[in-house]
Amino acid sequence: MTTVLDQVNSEAIARPAPRLSPADAAEVPALLVEHLTKRFMVGRKRKPVVAVNDVSLRIRRGEIYGILGANGSGKSTLIRLVSTLLTLDKGRVEVFGHDVQREEMAVKRVINRVSVDAAFFKKLSPHENLSYAARLYGMDARDAKREAIRILARLGIGEKRLGRPLEQMSRGMQQKVAIARALLTSPTLLLLDEPTTGLDPRSKLDVQSFIEEMRDSHDATIVLTTHDLDEAERLCDRIALLNDGRIVAEDTPDGLKTMIADEYGKEPTLESVFMTFTGRSLDDDIGEEDQNKEDDS
Amino acid sequence: MTLMARELKASFAFVERNFNLTKRYWGWEFAWLIYSIAGALAVSLIGRSEGSERLLLVLVVGAIFWNFLSLVFEFIAETVQWERWEGTLEYTFMAPVRRYAQLLGSAIYAIGYGLVHTAVVLTVLALFFQLDLTHANFATAGAFIMLGSLSFMGIGIAAAILPLMYVERGGQMVFVIQSVLLLVSGVYYPISVLPGWMQAVSHFSPATYVLDGVRAGLIQGTPVTSLFADVWPLLVMGAVLIPLGMWTFGRAERYAKRTGKLKRVG
Repeated sequence: MTTVLDQVNSEAIARPAPRLSPADAAEVPALLVEHLTKRFMVGRKRKPVVAVNDVSLRIRRGEIYGILGANGSGKSTLIRLVSTLLTLDKGRVEVFGHDVQREEMAVKRVINRVSVDAAFFKKLSPHENLSYAARLYGMDARDAKREAIRILARLGIGEKRLGRPLEQMSRGMQQKVAIARALLTSPTLLLLDEPTTGLDPRSKLDVQSFIEEMRDSHDATIVLTTHDLDEAERLCDRIALLNDGRIVAEDTPDGLKTMIADEYGKEPTLESVFMTFTGRSLDDDIGEEDQNKEDDS
Repeated sequence: MTLMARELKASFAFVERNFNLTKRYWGWEFAWLIYSIAGALAVSLIGRSEGSERLLLVLVVGAIFWNFLSLVFEFIAETVQWERWEGTLEYTFMAPVRRYAQLLGSAIYAIGYGLVHTAVVLTVLALFFQLDLTHANFATAGAFIMLGSLSFMGIGIAAAILPLMYVERGGQMVFVIQSVLLLVSGVYYPISVLPGWMQAVSHFSPATYVLDGVRAGLIQGTPVTSLFADVWPLLVMGAVLIPLGMWTFGRAERYAKRTGKLKRVG
């Protein structure tokens, strides 16, 4: 028996790449992913697990592109593949026309990534960490410091805190420093992998406002993975739903809602879109994750 | 900016970062220095107890310069392990930096750090034992330190792949290499006391030639020009081991990217 979910899913999967104007089609995309597949061998029996399964995306310059998915849906693997941290099994990834495998260094120069865990030398101060990042990207340390002060001030972190070890800062502050570090190198493709997960509401709002500001003031294309549906709706020009490594739907937030409007009966939300396409609630998933964390601790 | 200037700047990033880390972990550095001094003193006192000034000098040189070589080796070999522990491995590997620039930066800092550390230990031991170093040829010692550093850089780079490939136990495997080098290189005893097969192995350890050369320079005052038999193996090993280490590291990085081992924090 074919369910509504099956019908919607099959339509979404069969749906061609997003409709582009001739001008858009001619422009080199900020990120082009074609039939990307990544498998991992897990456990003692080396069982293959497909983390990303035949994913194709075309992201235009200047877009904020959201990737929504449950834990284990392949969001972070996809970001790592674009970041050159994983090799591709199948398919092709290009960043501004540079192939991630053949032109790795060129890709690295134009991207930066903020991951869910602010990866820093925690004993070092923000200033020391940012100076390290600036030198890695060939920047002048003094210019970098000036720019870092400006960005961090915008994020609500004063200059006097730049000299203290990061371990003395809250998780929210550390994540703001991580965003400042990523912006310092002026990436044209910024990969934000759940940048607001675990932040308090105030910090989350600061980071979200800053992402909006970046869209308006920087020539940056942003790929944002998130668990937060409100955040996705607020920030993203287009959203892809990732389920078990596959993209099951992709459109603007309103476009996604329109897709299910007839079947849903009432005004759909992004939550109902997510449930329709994946058969699960994102809140349940986060709840499960929190429970697992509690069990682990 | 030329490629060379960019890579040198990137190398300096690792020098500066490691210096900042040393500064921030000053308590640990102080404890490590005390540990090194106590260890060198404990070994050297065996020479004093035997009443042999020559044995004392042999042990002092062995303890101090093994300390230097093992510091250089550990610093480079633990480059990956350290970043795994801090959680920054992915960030560093994502940066537009060629791996040789990263490893060069780590090696430069390791040698600088090792020299300062060794100078402090040597000074303390010289004062403690009232060593007569008036006939010592420090230029010979310096030359062998530099030559030996090259080979140990190569071995260290190759050993750094272990934490890259074996997330949980790679760090401990590095110590296995270190202990084998200690065993066969005549650090505290002449290699002639080793079984024949171990003596054969000792010829492949750069530490064997470094310690021979440094002892000849510091104890007998021999100039480096008279120690060609110890110099050429170190030149050959340096020329072979550094490219070999880099090649091995590149293969291991590829493996880690294929299997997703950069991600996990050990």
